[in-house]
Amino acid sequence: MTMPDEGLSPVVRVIAAMLFPFILIFSLYVILHGHLTPGGGFQGGAIGASAVVMLIVAYGARWVESKAGEESVSVLESLGGLMFVVTGLLGFLLAATFLSNFLVGEVLFGEIPTFGSNPGILNTGGTLPLLNIAVGLKVIGGLASVVLIMALGSRRDAA
Amino acid sequence: MDWLLTHAPALLIALPLLGAFLTPLIDRISGKARSAFVLVVLAATQLLMMALAWDVFTQGAHIYTMGAADPTATVPAQAAVPVRIVLQVDGMGAFMGLISVTVSLAAAVYSLAFMHRESGQGRFYTLLLLMVVGMLGMEFTGDLFNLFVFLEVLSIASAALIAFRFYHGDAVEGAIKYIVISSLGALMVLLAVALLYGQYNLLNMGALASVLEYTYLDKVALGLLIAAFAMKCGAVPMHMWTPDAYTVAPASITAMLVAASQASLYALFRICFSLYGFTLDLTTVGIIIIALGLLSMFIGVTMALPQKDIKRLMSYHAISQTGYMLLGVGVGLYLLAHADFDTYGIRAMEGGIFHIINHALYKGLLFLTAGAIFYKVGTRNLDEMGGLAHSMKYTTVFFIIGALAIAGIPPLNGFASKLLIYESAYRVSPILSIVAMLVSILTLASFVKVFHSAFMGPRLEGMGDGREVPRSMLVGMGLLTAGIILFGLFPDWVVSNLVHPAAQALADQAAYIAALGGGV
Amino acid sequence: MINNVPFFAVMLLIAIGLYTILFKRNLIKIAMGIVIVEAGVNLFLITLGYREGGLAPIYTHLPSGVEIPGGLVLPVPQALTLTSIVIGVAILALILSFVVRIYRHYETLDSRNIRRLKE
Repeated sequence: MTMPDEGLSPVVRVIAAMLFPFILIFSLYVILHGHLTPGGGFQGGAIGASAVVMLIVAYGARWVESKAGEESVSVLESLGGLMFVVTGLLGFLLAATFLSNFLVGEVLFGEIPTFGSNPGILNTGGTLPLLNIAVGLKVIGGLASVVLIMALGSRRDAA
Repeated sequence: MDWLLTHAPALLIALPLLGAFLTPLIDRISGKARSAFVLVVLAATQLLMMALAWDVFTQGAHIYTMGAADPTATVPAQAAVPVRIVLQVDGMGAFMGLISVTVSLAAAVYSLAFMHRESGQGRFYTLLLLMVVGMLGMEFTGDLFNLFVFLEVLSIASAALIAFRFYHGDAVEGAIKYIVISSLGALMVLLAVALLYGQYNLLNMGALASVLEYTYLDKVALGLLIAAFAMKCGAVPMHMWTPDAYTVAPASITAMLVAASQASLYALFRICFSLYGFTLDLTTVGIIIIALGLLSMFIGVTMALPQKDIKRLMSYHAISQTGYMLLGVGVGLYLLAHADFDTYGIRAMEGGIFHIINHALYKGLLFLTAGAIFYKVGTRNLDEMGGLAHSMKYTTVFFIIGALAIAGIPPLNGFASKLLIYESAYRVSPILSIVAMLVSILTLASFVKVFHSAFMGPRLEGMGDGREVPRSMLVGMGLLTAGIILFGLFPDWVVSNLVHPAAQALADQAAYIAALGGGV
Repeated sequence: MINNVPFFAVMLLIAIGLYTILFKRNLIKIAMGIVIVEAGVNLFLITLGYREGGLAPIYTHLPSGVEIPGGLVLPVPQALTLTSIVIGVAILALILSFVVRIYRHYETLDSRNIRRLKE
């Protein structure tokens, strides 16, 4: 049986390309609504990384590598980690202690909802959405680069 | 300055973490800038750690509550029990933190030249900084679950570093043994944490200690915790990963792995003394720890004698030296509720704890000298080397100092701590001291063998290029040697100002509970 | 009795996992053993966090008339489980990449044949 060197048939490729933006949007939704609904940085990040994994399966690791190198994906991961630590540090520079919620009452994410059941106000949570975004970036970058490296490394012709 | 000191516990974890995430970004710009940045971060961590340790030893323990309005408010206004993430730095934590950061700094300086020929150095230093984060986190946390998280951070970073020279097949072999063992150990810790949480609904170690009843499930949890941490610190009979992992890791990482094992040792002591404390069946648990110590000492050294691989030999000595620490602190635990605790129980603990820092210094140094030999000669096999004293004068001197210190020859630091252990263990049972001395003699014999086959003899062909190793490696070794000599010359000052407060902090469970806001 | 079924499952999973780690020679199976033990521990944590009739503390989806916070569940065990899953993913990725390396080097996954260090 002859298989293409990498990746799957054109049908799968086209469908994967069409699904890719929707999966990313869902991932962003899960990340951004992490402080309101089930989900959050890790779950959303894992969904986003699975979109990349789908591309790796459909198009082959080398194609993905040529579009977004492992290096640049790792930069995303570092940025996510950096954002988390900086948010934590700002916590004690602007407020009391490390990881303090310094955004409460501010314009961005600072709204204080009334206690009890509510329909879900996105502009709440203080630093929590920021931390979710940071974790999301880190997880997308981390998981995607892990799968990419493994896919590249387990090729038969790899060095 | 006060502001800095208040926030120091969180900063000490955040700073290397920030460094770890920035390192790959800076590495894309320039390799030199990255090395300088890593050193600056580690030096800043070292300075901050020294300042914090000074404050802890003079002013008392520090408490830091993440995200609270007031760092010391461990119990939030709306809650009845401490639910927040708490860092707690008392004498013991500060003491261990000093060890970890000092060894890491020396290892990083040493790596500058040692890893010079490797590719992917950005990742190397990222992981190195993550190891520092893991060690400091384990030593500072006041929360059982965070202990597990930092243990895993430490394990993952260490395993990746052990396998760093993956093109040698044996490096990956050692690393996979290490990661399988450590993740299994960590899962045992998590199971124990779940057992405790299920009973008491608490994760804060101080609050947990105040309500612990030593039920049957608590005993199961204790067994799991002791087994897991004894495995992670490389005590016999769970030692099989130690020689493999230590041997194949790059030498600077091996030195850090010694410090990492000691972080697990710290966790073991913390669990026994601060979490369970007087609720324990002290005699039984004390005897178990003493037995672990004796077995590690004796089996470690006897396994070391026939080794041909210089780093493998030193790894078995690391197991054997861990036995001394377990013996010293185990005697302290055995005597904790005893009337004699204040006379010689605390002396035994001081001996064990003093031995931790001594071991980190001289075993770190010895692994670095072994790395220097490997750097020049390209082999770890003792039979293939010889006459190195002709070309590597400084390394030879460093090796002699390290070897004499580990064998417990006065006036070096190993003697000071071993003497404390001999004296106090003798009061419990003379056999303990006799075994300890015998092990010391065997250690000396084994290192004489290494010295003879590696450094003595005529100049051999093909033994490097006849020159000394690069300067940064010498500086890294020199840092640790300076520590050994200083500690050897002023053991009394060290014991009364560093070691005694650390032992006191471990023994005083009530203070620990009060500091963490337990007993509410 | 029926309430204890998850705990039996936990014991079974941990036992199977330990057996796999201790007695299987294939490195992939050892990795699977670790994942099974982890699944057991995670199931244990989740089971501890279960309260009959308790609701998830998600304020956007609360039915009316729920007592706050009395009718809600403290989500600490779930948070712990999530953290442990994240760590498990990292560990599994690391082990599998080591396995790839080992296979490349020794051309076998049998742990009996991978013992260069023993010599």
